[in-house]
Amino acid sequence: MRLAEKIPLWLDLIAAVAERRDDTVRLMEVCGTHTMSIFRSGIPSLLPDNLKLLSGPGCPVCVTSQGDIDRILAVAQLPVVTCSYGDMLRVPGQDGSLESARAKGSDVCVVYSALDSVRMAQAQPTREFVFAAVGFETTAPATAAAVLEARRLKLRNWSVMCSHKRVVPALHALFAADTTRIDGILLPGHVSVILGSNVYRALPSLYDFPMVIAGFEDWQIVEAVARLMELAAGRQMVLENMYPEVVTPEGSIHAQQLLRVVFQLGDAEWRGLGNIPDSGLILAPAFDDFDAGRRYGVRPIEGREHPACRCGEIITGLVQPSDCKLFGTACTPVHPLGPCMVSSEGTCQAWFKYHRHEVAKREAAKL
Amino acid sequence: MCLAVPARLIEVDAQLQGFVDAHSNKLPVNCVMVPDAVPGDWLLIHAGFAIHRLSEQAVRKTWDLLEDLERRVEEDSHAIG
Repeated sequence: MRLAEKIPLWLDLIAAVAERRDDTVRLMEVCGTHTMSIFRSGIPSLLPDNLKLLSGPGCPVCVTSQGDIDRILAVAQLPVVTCSYGDMLRVPGQDGSLESARAKGSDVCVVYSALDSVRMAQAQPTREFVFAAVGFETTAPATAAAVLEARRLKLRNWSVMCSHKRVVPALHALFAADTTRIDGILLPGHVSVILGSNVYRALPSLYDFPMVIAGFEDWQIVEAVARLMELAAGRQMVLENMYPEVVTPEGSIHAQQLLRVVFQLGDAEWRGLGNIPDSGLILAPAFDDFDAGRRYGVRPIEGREHPACRCGEIITGLVQPSDCKLFGTACTPVHPLGPCMVSSEGTCQAWFKYHRHEVAKREAAKL
Repeated sequence: MCLAVPARLIEVDAQLQGFVDAHSNKLPVNCVMVPDAVPGDWLLIHAGFAIHRLSEQAVRKTWDLLEDLERRVEEDSHAIG
C-alpha cells in the first residue's frame, strides 16, 4: 500500500480515539512549516470536532519581538544595505516595514542565503552590508557560517543584526506557564535535524503529554496526529521520532559546532512569551566586530504592538485567529497588522488562505 | 522559514562550496554541515546550506510519494477529460 493511501486508515483511527473521549483533544504543533502544510492540505476539515490542532510559537517571524523588528528597521534607516530573508520584508514595525523603508529609499535586499550577503559585501567593498538574522536553530548555523566566512575574508563592511532564538527554552516557558491545556505536541522536523531528538527526551514526562517528531508531508502529519492520539489515550508520556530518515538522536554535530563557536546564550524577548532566559543566540565576544547593533550603536528598543493585535495569544494557543477582531477585516495578507498575518508560515495567514471559509461555514451552522 | 528540500549534489570543492540539482535547477550549496558529502549524494538543503545527508531509503520514500502524486494527478486529469 502506498503511503498516501494510508491516510484514510489513520483518519479512521483518529476518529475512533476521539469518539471515546468526551472532552476536546488539543494538539499543538510548533513549526511554521507544519502550520502551512496542515492548512494547505485541508487536514483540519478531516478531523473530528473534538480534536483541535493549535499552532504554537513555531514561526520565527511571528515570535520575533516588536523591539527586535524595530531595531532592524532602525538599521535600515542608515546608509547601509540591509539584507534579509524574504519572510521579514513586510513585517510591520512601529514605523513601517523593510518593504516600506525600501519604497522610501532605503537599500533593502532579499537574500536566499546568509552567505549571499557576505558575497555582496566582498564584491562591493565601499558599501556597508547588514544581515538581519532571524530564525531558530535550523537557520542559525547558516548565520554562523556566514560570520566565519566574513572573518576569513577579513571583511570590514559586513555585520549581522542577530535575533536568533532557541526552540527548547521556549517550549519549557510555554509548558511551564500552563496557560494553555495541551494533550500532545507535534515537534518540528528540521529544527530537530540540527538539534537531534535527544534534546526533547525529558519533556514528555516533565509536562505530562506525549510528543512526536514529524515530517512535513500531509500523510506524515496525519500519521503523527494519529500516533499522538493513541499515545495520549494510553497515557503514554513518551517521545517518538516519526521522521527518523532525517532526524537522528544526536542531530548534526557539525551544525552544533558552528553554533558553539560563533554564538553564546543570552536572554531573548519573544512575542507572546516575554523574556526567556538563555533562549537567544547572541554573537560571542570574539565576533563583536560583526555585531551590527554594536557597530551602529543601535540600542534595544521597547517595541509597541498594535493594541488590538492578538498574535501573542495566537502563537501560545490561547486564542485562534478567528477570535481576533482584526482578522480578515483590518488585518489581511495584503494589509497585515501583525506578524502572524505577514509571514507565509504565520497562523493567521494560513487561516486566511485556507481555512476562513471552513470557519465561516461552521459558525453559520451553529446559528 | 525552516523549509528544506532534497537535492542531489553535483559537485563540491575543497572549500565545501558546490552545486546541487534541485528538480533540474542548478543551485549553489555550502556543505560545511555535511563535509563528507560526495557528488551523487542526496542532501537536505536549507537557505543555501546542506543540513543533512539523506539515506537512499529516505529518498525512495520521497520518490514514492512524488510518483504517487503524479499518478493521482494523471488519474484526475483523465477523469476530468
